[in-house]
Amino acid sequence: MLQGWVIVLASVAYLGVLFAIATFGDRRAEAGRSIIANPYIYALSLAVYCTTWTFYGSVGRAASSGVGFLPVYLGPTLMVALWWFVLRKLIRVSKAHRITSLADLVASRYGKSQLLGGLVTVIAVLGVVPYIALQLKAISGSFTILAHYPEIVMPAKAGAQPVLQDTALYIAVLLAAFSVLFGTRHLDATERHEGLVAAIAFESLVKLVAFLAVGSFVTFGLFDGFGDIFRLAEAVPRLRALMTVPAGGYATWVFLTFLSMLSILFLPRQFQISVVENVDERHLEKATWLFPLYLLLINVFVLPLALGGLLHFSSGGVDADTFVLTLPMAHRQEALALLAYLGGLSAGTGMVIVETIALSTMVCNDLVMPLLLRQGWLRLHQRRDLSGVLLGIRRLAIAAILLLGYVYFRVASEAYALVSIGLISFAAVAQFAPAVLGGLYWKGATRAGAVAGLSAGFAVWVYTLALPSLAKSGWLPAGFLTSGPFGLALLRPQELFGLTGLDEISHGVLWSMLANMGAYVGVSLAGRPGAAEANQAALFVDVFRHTAGLERARLLRGGAPVQDLLPLVGRFLGPERARDAFAAYARRRGLPSPEALPADADVVHFAETQLAGAIGSASARVVVASLVQEEPPGLEEVMDILDEASQVRAYSRELEQKSRELEAATAELRLANARLQELDRLKDDFMSTVTHELRTPLTSIRAFSEILLDDPRIRLSERKRFLSIVVKETARLTRLINQMLDMAKIESGNAEWRTTLLDLNEVVTEAAEATGQLFREGQVALTIHPATPPPLVLADRDRLIQVLINLLSNAVKFCPAGAGRVEVQPVVEGGQVRVDVRDNGPGIAPADRETIFEKFRQGGDTLTAKPRGTGLGLPISRRIVEHFGGRLWVESRPGQGATFSFVLPLEAPATGAEPSDPATAAARPL
Amino acid sequence: MKRSDLTGPRLAAVFLLGSILLNYPILSIFAPLRDVAGIPLLYAYVFGVWCLLIALMAFIVEQRRG
Amino acid sequence: MAHRILIVDDEPSIVISLQFLMAREGYQVAVAGDGEAALQAMAASPPDLVILDVMMPKLNGFDVCQRIRAEPAWKAVRVLMLTAKGREVEMARGLKAGADAYLTKPFSTKELVAEIRRLLAPGEGTP
Repeated sequence: MLQGWVIVLASVAYLGVLFAIATFGDRRAEAGRSIIANPYIYALSLAVYCTTWTFYGSVGRAASSGVGFLPVYLGPTLMVALWWFVLRKLIRVSKAHRITSLADLVASRYGKSQLLGGLVTVIAVLGVVPYIALQLKAISGSFTILAHYPEIVMPAKAGAQPVLQDTALYIAVLLAAFSVLFGTRHLDATERHEGLVAAIAFESLVKLVAFLAVGSFVTFGLFDGFGDIFRLAEAVPRLRALMTVPAGGYATWVFLTFLSMLSILFLPRQFQISVVENVDERHLEKATWLFPLYLLLINVFVLPLALGGLLHFSSGGVDADTFVLTLPMAHRQEALALLAYLGGLSAGTGMVIVETIALSTMVCNDLVMPLLLRQGWLRLHQRRDLSGVLLGIRRLAIAAILLLGYVYFRVASEAYALVSIGLISFAAVAQFAPAVLGGLYWKGATRAGAVAGLSAGFAVWVYTLALPSLAKSGWLPAGFLTSGPFGLALLRPQELFGLTGLDEISHGVLWSMLANMGAYVGVSLAGRPGAAEANQAALFVDVFRHTAGLERARLLRGGAPVQDLLPLVGRFLGPERARDAFAAYARRRGLPSPEALPADADVVHFAETQLAGAIGSASARVVVASLVQEEPPGLEEVMDILDEASQVRAYSRELEQKSRELEAATAELRLANARLQELDRLKDDFMSTVTHELRTPLTSIRAFSEILLDDPRIRLSERKRFLSIVVKETARLTRLINQMLDMAKIESGNAEWRTTLLDLNEVVTEAAEATGQLFREGQVALTIHPATPPPLVLADRDRLIQVLINLLSNAVKFCPAGAGRVEVQPVVEGGQVRVDVRDNGPGIAPADRETIFEKFRQGGDTLTAKPRGTGLGLPISRRIVEHFGGRLWVESRPGQGATFSFVLPLEAPATGAEPSDPATAAARPL
Repeated sequence: MKRSDLTGPRLAAVFLLGSILLNYPILSIFAPLRDVAGIPLLYAYVFGVWCLLIALMAFIVEQRRG
Repeated sequence: MAHRILIVDDEPSIVISLQFLMAREGYQVAVAGDGEAALQAMAASPPDLVILDVMMPKLNGFDVCQRIRAEPAWKAVRVLMLTAKGREVEMARGLKAGADAYLTKPFSTKELVAEIRRLLAPGEGTP
């Protein structure tokens, strides 16, 4: 009763049910009542991991290597524990950047590199083709076997039949048609297919039920439970080996675990289902244990089935890969056999459909579109709607991929068991691991590093795994494998550099991953990421910090009113520039003003382009698409994102500013430090000078005192002379100490200032009177030229007199005795009054004109004319004048005398009428 | 939410536990051909650890929810 | 024959006291007000001992001392340095410049006289 047409009918009916589920799922999604928005559907859809390889191949592998089939499922179980870190981040990143495929992810991470996108696509397609071939082989094989019911006949060697009579070809065509129907019915910008996910979840259920049914039938129907099968098997020496250390030893076990850990993340269909089709990040939590549980369940009966099959078909002749189907057949269980066939069909179709859709997205977006855009062939600006073109490309891509799979099936698949073919694909997609995982956690990874790593890994994969599979199928000379290319034994593809002792998959994985990671890390470390890369790196690595508000943003195509878009763009470009841009755009479309623009997709695109210039294309895409969304809160969310984005930009500008300031501050500090050191040195000099100045008079005082004390016979005149020196030096010491205290007070700001309104004429006169004795002694003539009207200044009377006395006594000291002349003249100039003290002494050398104002520096240096002073008079005078807002300086030409001048701000007579001190200067008698 | 903060580390610990238990050399302890209630020792061990890991992950994740 | 002493200092009151002290001891005294004058005076008639102040205009005591030591003809001349900067560094610098003795201002007259007597004692003169 299981004639060919029954099987075909059942197959088509099954696919029909699938299609109905998908359609229902899409309808519900459009209506906003998603049927896949729960963790159970998500976990079931993840089981697309289990293909015909699992359904048929696991039993086959178990029959040859015992528990060796398990690492392929234990690896994912372990990786699931790390999903919390890795997959959650992948989902977050992908949602934030509208990433729709692995190729897009890698390209986007490394600065939106088209080269990388294309490279990933090529690796994915070439790597996965054998895997698709595997499905074709399994489905067509199972069909052929079932069609011969009740006989059990192994299918003919692939490629033996003419193409047109080959079941696999028709299956490929059928699968292509279904993939097109499922995956490319309409273009969804987010590449999410809710109906498809629902159908895949259903398929996962079917294959699990079918496998458990067959497993139960064999274990409990044909045998008496697990114990019975194992006991019987143990009696057979060949089977006993299957129950202990896995074939290939522990190395194979470890490599397979590692490989399948990566595959659960990086197989294109797994990425599609677990990342792209994920509706809610939180579904991940339940899937964390539901998915491994599914894997466990579908594997419970594998070893019993394998052993049961081997026991049952002990004469051989039946491929262990077919036990799931042939065991029920051998016991005339038609319905169960059909169920098993449908289970296998569901495993195969699920894989093929999702895989080809995922690959077609990559091929279209990352391979074909960049090429078409570069050619300018699309004339994008002339086209309203590109969706037709895109759908066409994707459909063609699906057909082409399945065709490739079919070709590989005809060419190479016969040389390998199902599992081995699958593992070659695993090894190919594992090449994505360094670039993707490194990209998620290592900001220093560069585009060049990713390109180098992927290229190197893929090249080694081709050499150690893909070419040998062709060689084994007779498409390359066998010598290529046995003695290496050109007879170079070291380069034997399966014993590269003489490495033996590993199975071919582990061998290929080892070398390809070494090459991949080495090149990735090495090249990344050799250079620095460019600006675009660094930007994307930060967005990816720190995704949990950057995009808290983005996860809910579901993005749909549509239009948006210009009233919304204009402020949005204005937020980044500035309102005026944005308005200008929109106005120009409106004119190009023949509209009078921006307000007249319709709310269509073109305007959205225009806004996006404008934004892309400011914030990068990915951000622009997210920003605009979120605005286009229908929910009202969208706009606020977007504004939040915008604020955050501008904050980030402002922050980075601030950082730059800060670093510049820091540099400046460092320079200032260095300068200040140098100045401090200089001051320290000056302080030492000062101290040593002070010591000197104090010790000098002390020396005379002590010497003469001792002389007088020791020698009572000194003549009286001598004694008098010595005593007068002691008195004079004592006075000098006192003066010095007073002035030093004075200076210290002024410098520390502790000096007392009694500021009053003064008449400068009067101050000059008073100072002249105080120094009269000096002038008489020195026989120097003093002339005063008072200013009219009397110049009024605000200052401390005693201090100002101190300044003038200092200047006058200095002048006397320098004047030649007898012929000396000193003139004092206050002059009113503008808002200030200048007082000149002019002498006809020897003058001051230019080099000394500033140093005389430094502490303890005295002008003049001849022994005879050495000025007697403390060296503090002029510095103190200058401080006093500066305290009242004036200046003190000297002008001189050597040989022609010197003029010390100071200026003070003039107090206007109006304010002078109300002096702070009632005893005004003007009232004093001259 | 102190508990939720621990979810990541706890799951990572499960990963490490599984990686150790399901690998050489621990695995080799269970390689000798022996029976546990009629089931080969290695087979029983691997599935036992597998069940344990799933149970642990379920516990960690479900407890977090509340 | 009385020893000849050259006093080099720019402080008149100190010069006066030194002059009196040296004369009282019976030495023959000459005076110079700065370093250059000192060197000129020495060139005219080399003394047996120079009392040299450190802080002086034109040429300071260290430089004068070095010049004296650089001149073979003045090999026998004793140099006693006086300084108002009583620091060890200064003293070391003075001795390094070739001074035979070093006193800090204000000095004890007895000490000064004793030091000069010691320097001019027979046997101290030629190395």
